[in-house]
Amino acid sequence: MYRIGLDIGSTTIKCVVLDEQGTVVHKAYERHFSLIVQKTREMISDLDRRILKGEKGVLNISGSAGMGLALGTGISFVQEVYATKAAADRLSPGADCIIELGGEDAKILFLKGTLEVRMNGSCAGGTGAFIDQMATLLGLSNPEMDAEAARAERSYTIASRCGVFAKSDVQPLLNQGAKRADVARSIFMAVVNQTIAGLAQGRPIEGRVVYLGGPLTFLSSLRDCFDKTLGIEGICPENSLYYVSIGAALQPSQPLKLSDALEALELFQGSETYAALPPLFETEEDLRAFRERHALDKVRRADPDTYRGDVYLGIDSGSTTIKSAVITAQGELLLTRYQQNSGDPVPHVRAFLTDLRRDHPDWVIRAGAVTGYGEEMIRRAFRVDFGVVETVAHFTATKAFLPDVDFIIDIGGQDMKCFKIVGGTIDNIFLNEACSSGCGSFLQTFASALGYDIATFADVGLSARRPVDLGSRCTVFMNSSVKQAQKDGADISDISAGLAISVVKNALYKVIRCSRPEDLGRRIVVQGGTFLNDCVLRAFENEMGVQVVRPDIAGLMGAFGAALYAREWRALKPGESSVLSLKELEDFTQQVRQTRCGLCENHCLLTVSLFGGGERYISGNRCDRPVSGRTGEEEWNLYAWKQKRIEALCARDTGEGKRGEIGLALVLNLYELLPFWHTFFTALGFKVRVSPFSSRKTYLEGQHTIPSDTVCFPAKLAHGHVETLIRQGVQRIFYPCMSYNVDEGLGDNHYNCPVVAYYPEVIAANVPDVKNIDFIHDYFGLDHPRTLPQRLHAVLSQRFGDLTLRQVRFACQKAYAAYESWMAESRKKAEEMVRAARAEGRQILVLCGRPYHVDPEINHGIDRMITGLGACVVTEDALSAHMKRAPQHVLNQWTYHARLYAAARYIASQKDMHLVQLVSFGCGVDAITSDEVREILEGAGRIYTQIKIDEITNTGAVRIRLRSLLAAIEQKKALEEKEASHGN
Amino acid sequence: METEHAVFTKEMRRDGYLILVPNMLDFHFSLLSPVFRLNGYNLEVLTNDGPNVVAEGLKYVHNDTCVPALLVIGQFMDALHSGKYDLDHVALMITQTGGGCRASNYIFLLRKALKKAGLSNIPVISLNMSGLERGGGFRLTLRLVRHVFAGAIYGDMIMLLSNQTRPYETEKGRTDQLIRAWREKLVEQFKRDRGLSRKEISANLEKMAGDFAAIPQKGPKKTRVGIVGEIYVKYSPLGNNHLEDFLKGQDCEYMVPGVIHFLQFKIDNRIEDIRLYGGNPLKKVFCEAFLKFVSRFEDSMLAVLRAHPEFVAPSSYAHTKELVKGVIGYGSKMGEGWLLTAEMLELAELGYPNIICTQPFGCLPNHINGKGMIRKLSAIHPGINIVPIDYDPSATKVNQENRIRLMLAVAADAQREQTEGDAK
Repeated sequence: MYRIGLDIGSTTIKCVVLDEQGTVVHKAYERHFSLIVQKTREMISDLDRRILKGEKGVLNISGSAGMGLALGTGISFVQEVYATKAAADRLSPGADCIIELGGEDAKILFLKGTLEVRMNGSCAGGTGAFIDQMATLLGLSNPEMDAEAARAERSYTIASRCGVFAKSDVQPLLNQGAKRADVARSIFMAVVNQTIAGLAQGRPIEGRVVYLGGPLTFLSSLRDCFDKTLGIEGICPENSLYYVSIGAALQPSQPLKLSDALEALELFQGSETYAALPPLFETEEDLRAFRERHALDKVRRADPDTYRGDVYLGIDSGSTTIKSAVITAQGELLLTRYQQNSGDPVPHVRAFLTDLRRDHPDWVIRAGAVTGYGEEMIRRAFRVDFGVVETVAHFTATKAFLPDVDFIIDIGGQDMKCFKIVGGTIDNIFLNEACSSGCGSFLQTFASALGYDIATFADVGLSARRPVDLGSRCTVFMNSSVKQAQKDGADISDISAGLAISVVKNALYKVIRCSRPEDLGRRIVVQGGTFLNDCVLRAFENEMGVQVVRPDIAGLMGAFGAALYAREWRALKPGESSVLSLKELEDFTQQVRQTRCGLCENHCLLTVSLFGGGERYISGNRCDRPVSGRTGEEEWNLYAWKQKRIEALCARDTGEGKRGEIGLALVLNLYELLPFWHTFFTALGFKVRVSPFSSRKTYLEGQHTIPSDTVCFPAKLAHGHVETLIRQGVQRIFYPCMSYNVDEGLGDNHYNCPVVAYYPEVIAANVPDVKNIDFIHDYFGLDHPRTLPQRLHAVLSQRFGDLTLRQVRFACQKAYAAYESWMAESRKKAEEMVRAARAEGRQILVLCGRPYHVDPEINHGIDRMITGLGACVVTEDALSAHMKRAPQHVLNQWTYHARLYAAARYIASQKDMHLVQLVSFGCGVDAITSDEVREILEGAGRIYTQIKIDEITNTGAVRIRLRSLLAAIEQKKALEEKEASHGN
Repeated sequence: METEHAVFTKEMRRDGYLILVPNMLDFHFSLLSPVFRLNGYNLEVLTNDGPNVVAEGLKYVHNDTCVPALLVIGQFMDALHSGKYDLDHVALMITQTGGGCRASNYIFLLRKALKKAGLSNIPVISLNMSGLERGGGFRLTLRLVRHVFAGAIYGDMIMLLSNQTRPYETEKGRTDQLIRAWREKLVEQFKRDRGLSRKEISANLEKMAGDFAAIPQKGPKKTRVGIVGEIYVKYSPLGNNHLEDFLKGQDCEYMVPGVIHFLQFKIDNRIEDIRLYGGNPLKKVFCEAFLKFVSRFEDSMLAVLRAHPEFVAPSSYAHTKELVKGVIGYGSKMGEGWLLTAEMLELAELGYPNIICTQPFGCLPNHINGKGMIRKLSAIHPGINIVPIDYDPSATKVNQENRIRLMLAVAADAQREQTEGDAK
């Protein structure tokens, strides 16, 4: 009797047939394009015809997509990881560990010793799907990508938390001209890091490691990345694609006739059990009216064939596309171009400009402006006159369209930008953070994966009867929800409409955080390429219950706005345009080389582009130093000052240490309390060793012991810090648990957040090497100065019998005093900086976060970026003391967060101070604080800016956000000054 | 800054305002409505479910907030927008645990949501033990507290007994029938203020155990699964995608630790706090007495169960606490704190080594007490088989169920090996 195993995964179906001896007599591997029932039937009927020939056989289904099918048809089901194990027991005896990557899920099985099986958490889904997406982005097929990666010379740091984050890092690398080979390898490295950080969870991956599943079977470079990182030589055995099916086939179940199974499958079809939403249009009439209404919103145009004279040029070099526009002196649109940038914008812009110069010799380019991610590079490459922040470009374009606009929402491929306009200036800006990025291009990629162009895909969605509810977390979640819905019978139209609704919900509820149309104002303009999709447009109108304006050039508004901007500025600064001539364009050359910056210990990997005209463009830098040669504006940077001070403290000679050495990990609750503990232990006669600031290496060294992949990045770094200390030979580490922090009297209580409070417990339970040292992680409360010495004495005297309570008490006194003066100094320093900045008329940005956001690896140099933009940076803890405790709309119970509220209230009262809040991904507490801080500021008519950070290294989006903020501030200031002078 | 919000007044109570409460534990909460009515409040436990609850939650609550807040507030909003209630005569009640977890902020998030929806005239009542938000027309009288407390004990007992009976009942539905009968019986007793003293509770518990034991049962022992986790997603079917129904369908017997341990844990935290950081010794004495008082009721329940060896009795609070000594500090008190870790050890010891550790996606305390401790627990208890499951409005049910199935497959294997081992 034959035994059949069917492994129905998220993207493929694998099938094997075993004979009596367990030998594989047939195998098949096919992509199913979500037509699961149909493909399964084809496979089974093929088997019946060719192999079983009507005989009974054992049939078992496995795989994430097979579950519903098996349950609905009564065919026996085997969980896929379990099946893998069963197959491995037979086919790879002696294997210690199995790594299996699939389309959606990643799995690790530890077979030796205690059996442990793990699957990735929900947030880290989409391994294979991610590689597919990245290959598309690189314009390569999967095998080509594999071959490219093999040729790589270096790899870049790419966020490995999930596909969405990684994409945010990959996109700018491509735009900056990084080599495809290097990017390809970096992507594989990100997959490796994600797998290890998410699944190893403290158990070493070693010994005989077996690689299974599609990506690891087909991509030798990916295997190579795993080998190198783990320091092993894994094997990809025969049938590595079929372990799940073989394991499934081996399980016992009632033999059946395949014709019966087919019959059951026939009946299964058509059960629509997914969660559905109301249709976009109730009737045909609604659709017609909708189309007619939107057909009216047209930009003024001039005829390019007859026009002669002055023109202005606008280029929007976005993350995936380049949009260009040319306008007349009157601001009428002459011509536009929309191109994919294929990861290398320069040649495309060159082609456009060459065409423009050649085809229209009688047009005089008076000025040009560039906006978007590629602004700097394109400007330098083609000597374009002006650069303009995206927000300003978009606003300029919209004003030309609807002068009294209240609200602008722009959804592009990667980013969403929304601004509120009050009195003709940008009053508030909402930009998406990493999690909700890529929604627009996701629609596109998804459509093309299903074999549709985006326009047809949108058209189909308009007639959907039961749009799928896909949630709104991020595209990784959306992707897995779509696949689920497809299995439950949703058709293309329902998916198209569902995706559109999901994108809109993301914009409304996550980016803008509004729930009522009144929040947006009456005149709303929607733009960006994604809104050309009528489903998205309609979904937006339905969700908010309002009618909006969508310009017919919705996708080109950035470029159009840039052109208008160029026109405005040329009027202010008369002169000739410097845009390259036809001759210069024809002779244009570009050379790209990679180099390590040696100017500081960050050693950024720089990409340097040299253009024919002698212009140079540098990217990959975290600070302005390699570009401008300046050492940064440290006198305007309280973060830098704090870092220096911490370094000085760490370097302080604490003597021989008669009680030996004690290690302090510079993480979470120890960051700010470092002067306390440093003084305390020094006073007791310890030699104190502090772990250095984090680096990428710190993270990589600790990633294999992280038990929870959704915890915040600062916590993940703690693993590396402790390991660093242990590796340096420290025999005793002190890292206290602290439910409470110091009480500064600003809140109703003075807790730490659970992670800051108890992370030492996680370190103790998960970092294996901690067992070999004395890891002191008892509970202490600094808020009880009287009992603290007793507690410390109780804990320490177990180790040092001669230690007296008096000594501890004395050390505590010194420690408290050191802490107080440490905090007072930073308040004083902040005051000095603020005073000096005010004297110069510099804007002051208060970069709010937690004490550990001072770490350069955590803040990604955002402080330096701000000073580079000419503003002064101070911190929230230096300002909060200006305020007294006041009631909030939330329970104000955490020490660090109480400072935030107090600082926000203070900033709201200071005209030249602006708040920027750093939020770590996964910081659940900030879901509460960010809303409250925003309310405080907006209540005072101020702009709230949030920057979400994680291990992502791409700060391009952050830069745009900060520039937008500063531009909006300048504009507002200019307007106020104008009004004031009118008043006089 | 103004923090004005509508307060539930005595007049509102007199006017019979309907107080809405989100559902969490089916049986426990089914007693709330009659108990509150006896005490002069008009109360309804919400049972609305479905995609609109989630949609409303996502609309009115910051999407990065944890799923219990999204669902509880979504459930309220869905109810308020349903047209079923007279919005001028309705109030909302929500529990507030206090402590360093963001859950203490739910009530504020609810008020913010009401404001956003233009419903800030609706008062919100905080039900808590920490003395947060005192005053107004809602008072925790001794009578009400006794009713609720007795309800919790009965609820825990019924949950325990029924979970061990239902999988084996020969006649489908007998267990649930008995649960309904007991509910009526208890409400009748409460009306006469009976069934509240320790003696009467003991007698009732004794009868309960007898009644459940008398349900005809058959069949071999099924795969035993324990459920622990963040309190809302652990208990609430809305929060955990009807986890218990899924397990019923998978031919499992499951145990869910009761709420009394959580109450004891919350009291004990205050004692531990004083032990660790110092504080008012009087408060410590008071809390110790309170803990002892609650523990006496627990003892009664355990005594009854000792006489019924056919049921697996839970460990005493003291024993559960002892189990986790040296694994995690007693100072870890936010959320479910060390109790969550301890319950996993308790369940393993009781023969439920296959554990689903439920948590909201991104739950802060469970990074520590749940996922953070699994490694250590496997070292202590090599057979322990824990699967952590994240709950989130956007996470697919299939993903969750697939992971649980994996845990069950491993469990089945272990069971098979054990029976084979026993046979030898």
